[in-house]
Amino acid sequence: MAATVTPEAVEKTVVEALPQFGVDESQISRDATFEELDVDSLDLAELSQIIEDEYGVQLKGDDVGKIKTVGDAIDLVVSRAG
Amino acid sequence: MSRPDNATALVTGASKGIGAAIAKALAADGWNVAVNYRSDEDGAKATVKAIEEAGGTAKAFQSDVSNGAPDELFKQVEDELGPVIALVNNAGVNADGLAIQMDDEAWDRVIATNLTAAFRLTRRAMRPMIKARHGRIVNIASVVGPRANAGQSNYAAAKAGLIGMTKTVAAEVARRGVTVNAVAPGFIETDMTKDIPEAVIDAIPARRVGAPDDVAAAVRFLASDDAGYVTGTTLFVDGGMSA
Repeated sequence: MAATVTPEAVEKTVVEALPQFGVDESQISRDATFEELDVDSLDLAELSQIIEDEYGVQLKGDDVGKIKTVGDAIDLVVSRAG
Repeated sequence: MSRPDNATALVTGASKGIGAAIAKALAADGWNVAVNYRSDEDGAKATVKAIEEAGGTAKAFQSDVSNGAPDELFKQVEDELGPVIALVNNAGVNADGLAIQMDDEAWDRVIATNLTAAFRLTRRAMRPMIKARHGRIVNIASVVGPRANAGQSNYAAAKAGLIGMTKTVAAEVARRGVTVNAVAPGFIETDMTKDIPEAVIDAIPARRVGAPDDVAAAVRFLASDDAGYVTGTTLFVDGGMSA
């Protein structure tokens, strides 16, 4: 069963997932860009996979291309689930 | 050769010929082998039996990989043998004819099985591999593609495409410990190549056709831990044809 999508839950998933891509936890905020965090396209693809496994929300390659900040990613997942 | 503990390899088109030889070679290295077949159930069972008699672990899985839905096959293999750490895209067909006479069905069928299916299986296989930070994908290409072979424009396009895909996917996932390589057999003694004219053999520097085991040995290496820094390459097993 996929978990219920709430902005808080998705934020928690994203914040918990990012350190495995080498992101320093203290730098993570909604406004931080993935570029600043040194999160590349493969990292984002893997993050999408984690989100899909957790919430059943599928993000495609062109969706991921539009995501700039941590907040964008969270908002996109929440809007897709709605 | 070494491999991760309790690791499973999925070999498509493993009921006979090169695929069966690859399945047996990987099993000899201790891989649990998923022997995929489309229609030759007896051949797949014979491959499994040979592996089991040699002390290995294998199971046969029926699936037409060209049907575009590899998820079901992967789920079955994952449930019954464990996560797929190595994928060998070996299933292939040919439908030969001069391009000027080749109908769309012959073109489409060869591209669907030899190229598109390999892409879809690769895409599905990579997800758990990336998560595990380890994986091996080996695509069985051909000397045909890098080289011309009159009467096989569809096959050549698919196999050249497979080599191109191998390189790019390898570059995409290398930093996650997943390697993607191709093996390009020359003339190997199988049902597909049983009527090779003498003149063709004379043109092979080794002056003989290869055996399925020659190809299997290359796959065995590329699937092993020893090949962790080898990715995006094509290993020709062709008696020097492409030299």
